Amino acid sequence: MVKRNRRLLRGTAVLCVLALGAAACGSADDEQASEGSPADVEAALKKGGQLTVWAWEPTLKQVVADFEKKYPKVDVELVNAGTADDQYTALQNAVSAGDGVPDVAQIEYYALGQFAMSKSVADLAPYGADKLEEAYSPGPWSAVTANGGVHGLPMDSGPMALFYNKKVFDKHGIEVPETWDAYVDAARELKKADPNVRITADTGEAGFLTSLVWQAGGRPYTVDGTDVRIDFSDEGSKAVTATWQKLLDEDLLAPVKGWTDEWYKGLADGSIATLAAGAWMPANFESGVKGAAGDWRAAPLPQWEKGNTASAENGGSSLTVPAASGNKALAYAFTEYANAGDGVRARLAEGAFPATTEDLTSKKFLATEFDYFGGQKANEVFAESARNVADDWSYLPYQVYANSVFNDTVGKSYVSRQRLATGLEAWQRKSAEYGNDQGFSVNK
Amino acid sequence: MTALSPPGAAERPALLARRPRDRRRWAGWGFIGPFLAVFGLVFLAPIGYSLYLSLFRDQIIGGTTFVGLENYGDALADPQFWEGLGRVTAFLAVQVPVMLGIALLVALALDSGRLYGKGFFRISIFLPYAVPAVVATLMWGFLYSTRFGLVANIDDALGVTLPDPLSPDLALASIGNIVTWEFTGYNMLIFYSALRVVPQSLYEAAEIDGAGQLRVVRSIKLPAIRGALVIATIFSIIGSFQLFNEPSILQKLAPNAITTYFTPNLYTYELSFAGRQQNYAATVAIIMGLITMVIAYVVQLRGMRKDV
Amino acid sequence: MAAPASAPSAAPRGRSRTAPPRLRAPRRPRSRTRPRRSVLLTVLTGLVLLYSLVPLFWLAVNATKTQEGLLGSFGLWFAGDFALFDNIAQTLTYDDGVFVRWLLNTLLYVVLGAGGATFLAVLGGYALAKFDFPGRRAVFAVVIGAVAVPGTALAVPTFLMFSEMGLTNTPWAVIVPSLISPFGLYLMWVFATEAVPTELMEAARIDGASELHTFFRVSLPLLSPGIVTVLLFTMVATWNNYFLPLIMIKDPDWYPLTLGLNAWSAQAQSAGGEAVFHLVVTGSLLTIVPLIAAFLLLQRYWRSGLAAGGVKD
Repeated sequence: MVKRNRRLLRGTAVLCVLALGAAACGSADDEQASEGSPADVEAALKKGGQLTVWAWEPTLKQVVADFEKKYPKVDVELVNAGTADDQYTALQNAVSAGDGVPDVAQIEYYALGQFAMSKSVADLAPYGADKLEEAYSPGPWSAVTANGGVHGLPMDSGPMALFYNKKVFDKHGIEVPETWDAYVDAARELKKADPNVRITADTGEAGFLTSLVWQAGGRPYTVDGTDVRIDFSDEGSKAVTATWQKLLDEDLLAPVKGWTDEWYKGLADGSIATLAAGAWMPANFESGVKGAAGDWRAAPLPQWEKGNTASAENGGSSLTVPAASGNKALAYAFTEYANAGDGVRARLAEGAFPATTEDLTSKKFLATEFDYFGGQKANEVFAESARNVADDWSYLPYQVYANSVFNDTVGKSYVSRQRLATGLEAWQRKSAEYGNDQGFSVNK
Repeated sequence: MTALSPPGAAERPALLARRPRDRRRWAGWGFIGPFLAVFGLVFLAPIGYSLYLSLFRDQIIGGTTFVGLENYGDALADPQFWEGLGRVTAFLAVQVPVMLGIALLVALALDSGRLYGKGFFRISIFLPYAVPAVVATLMWGFLYSTRFGLVANIDDALGVTLPDPLSPDLALASIGNIVTWEFTGYNMLIFYSALRVVPQSLYEAAEIDGAGQLRVVRSIKLPAIRGALVIATIFSIIGSFQLFNEPSILQKLAPNAITTYFTPNLYTYELSFAGRQQNYAATVAIIMGLITMVIAYVVQLRGMRKDV
Repeated sequence: MAAPASAPSAAPRGRSRTAPPRLRAPRRPRSRTRPRRSVLLTVLTGLVLLYSLVPLFWLAVNATKTQEGLLGSFGLWFAGDFALFDNIAQTLTYDDGVFVRWLLNTLLYVVLGAGGATFLAVLGGYALAKFDFPGRRAVFAVVIGAVAVPGTALAVPTFLMFSEMGLTNTPWAVIVPSLISPFGLYLMWVFATEAVPTELMEAARIDGASELHTFFRVSLPLLSPGIVTVLLFTMVATWNNYFLPLIMIKDPDWYPLTLGLNAWSAQAQSAGGEAVFHLVVTGSLLTIVPLIAAFLLLQRYWRSGLAAGGVKD
């Protein structure tokens, strides 16, 4: 049966290649997608088989080993098919070709909508995913669900926190800011105290900016089927641009691109004093910023209004089952094991940050002392942040493209006199144009 | 259309075919057949496929529709395409002469026999060609850095503030520098080798005429290697119009200065991957291919006809 | 520049031994008046040399540093601790020694890809130079024309085609496209025109030898310097091939070195990933060392080969 579907798929693929109906091809086996049931998953585990998993998440290695031990009949091949965009490209190509599609694929939350919209990933609800809502914190769960379907299971989450170099703040006697206004003040003081120090490094990153807007209560994207609205003129977006414009105007940001060796260098030598990022960041600190062990701490994200506790998600990804997988039931079994079952514990032990409420509230988790953060129980900060994430945020169904042109538009505001607000307008326009070209109805 | 034939070889094969025999005529195809077969598979078939694709449009919502030549109209009216084309044209006008100029001067210097340690020069200047792109990112990321890198060190040492090499104004020049770094040695070697086989008789004649060193260069050496110069120019033109690796490397460090449509080739990459507009990307690529071909062809004609 | 007009100094040492006897370009005799070496000219050329070597110096220096040293010390000089051998050991053993696997893959791609590309270019160049077959004049125009179309836009169509043929994610997806070297074809064309005298071919034919026999017995030996040249150029191209493997190969077990290094470099850019900049730098150094060795070993052949490639008379 599986075999026949495969052949059918391949036949369709030939037709697709002829007409290159890439998107249409992705949905070639729609009808089969709804076939699954929890019983199928049980049966698949009993029967065993082979799975190919595309993921760059390092902690999955252990999960695969444990899974294979528990289910000896299942053989899982874990493939790092590239990080983020590289992997999406590969997945897209494989889906278009109808060949070489993995059984499980890691997809970041912001990109998931795109794959769900083109039906490249299967709806996991029939396999039992619909019963897992309670297991996850609201932010990640809402990120994997749309139009009544569950398109993946949350693997990790990135409730935001402010990481700061305590040594630098102490040295200059500066308070850790609790609001973004205070953040701007701290930036000024830091620069005054030491002209080589900047409060943070930022060269314009779509994911970061949208997270700030999210925290500030802005909801620039509304998606209802193929009707899309993009609007960066709400209060939340305005608050963010006003604050960031100050930082830019007064040269308070280090123009260092994130994740480069230069950036790691700046985090290590104290010239970049803070970093607002998701709770997955500690692992990166530990491996990339070894030299500054003990200097850094985690604090709640500064607030847009004093006394608030708003937070947002930054980053994080899910495991999905591509619609063209030849063994979706077994693929789901692995996904559930890794993201809702024993796999979660294995991954936590290796430093991942969970999306599951049970783990976020467990005493052991909260009591973990981070040597890197000078013994701080940083998970308390992160878990608190996770609780405060508003869950009504949504990304565009083509956010990968939109983010790719962020620096074409908003980026100019970081290197020229163009106002940030003007940049956002240009981004909005370009995103809308693309959406309309692709058959959505944007801002109409 | 006349063939683009290599310099110096243009007339020769025609001469050997004085008495063409059928068997031998087709034996030529036998020898070039394997090359053409693979070439057809990895170049011509994808290009043919792209031509076909360029007549369609594919949407996330709505699927694939036949649109005729609409994509071509769109591309010709696309300011981002023209901006990229303008940029590589400027690049071509400045970087290629500089690079080939330096390569030629070094080749002449090596050839003059007046250098100490010639062998060392030759191999060392050629080495950058062997460095993979990933490595070049790290190296140039460091060298261009105004905070920790060489630029920062120069600033500190001299008490000046050099402009950021990766700012929007200077990014193209910085890319030009990397390309020059990578390919000067490569071109130098082609020129140098061509110079090594200039017939001795020509020099002797010049000596009898009492020609000076510069005169020898101008009236003997340069004309003698014109073929190598023309082919190096043609490949450099193609390289400039297809500029991709270096800007895409530096884009990771300076995304605000190097846009996704910085060069036409980056643009097609963005269109076909992030934008999933394979059809439109194919259209842009075909237009670029045509433009490049026409220019390469003109250069070849001019370079070859100007007899000395 | 008042020096007397004189021919350049003696031909490079290796040439007399390696140049084919029938190469038509005459070797230049040792000139009577050996030109005076010029300090000024050496210094000026030295500037270009410096320009070429500084980035490579950076690479060599930084391969001796630990990760902390790499991120915390001045780039153009050594850090306190000399960790080169440590780094090499780590590079070769990291992630179960996957670097060695990548190295072997790259060797495979180079041997089959560059070797095959050279073979096809030699055959093709020979045909263009020595046979006046119908359509000969159009061949190179088509080749140049096809090369002028930007490759990035062709990646997806090529991927779909290869996928249909079941080639993606196999070594063939890297090797087959590597088989085409337009510049190699051009070089062999010119080289064969010069290096293989038509009279020799005619003589062999009169003896009743087949075209293939003539090629292997008579022409191929004469072409050997040109073959080495093309081999070196295609080797570099295959060794540094990045874009196509990136599209075609998803299984890290089939990665070439360039993709592997890129994957290591990308680790620092993902949540929870381990930053291994020092291994990327050391791995890069290890990646270019074999190429440099190949240049040095083959450069004598290569010089004489290229020399004839640039002949114009």
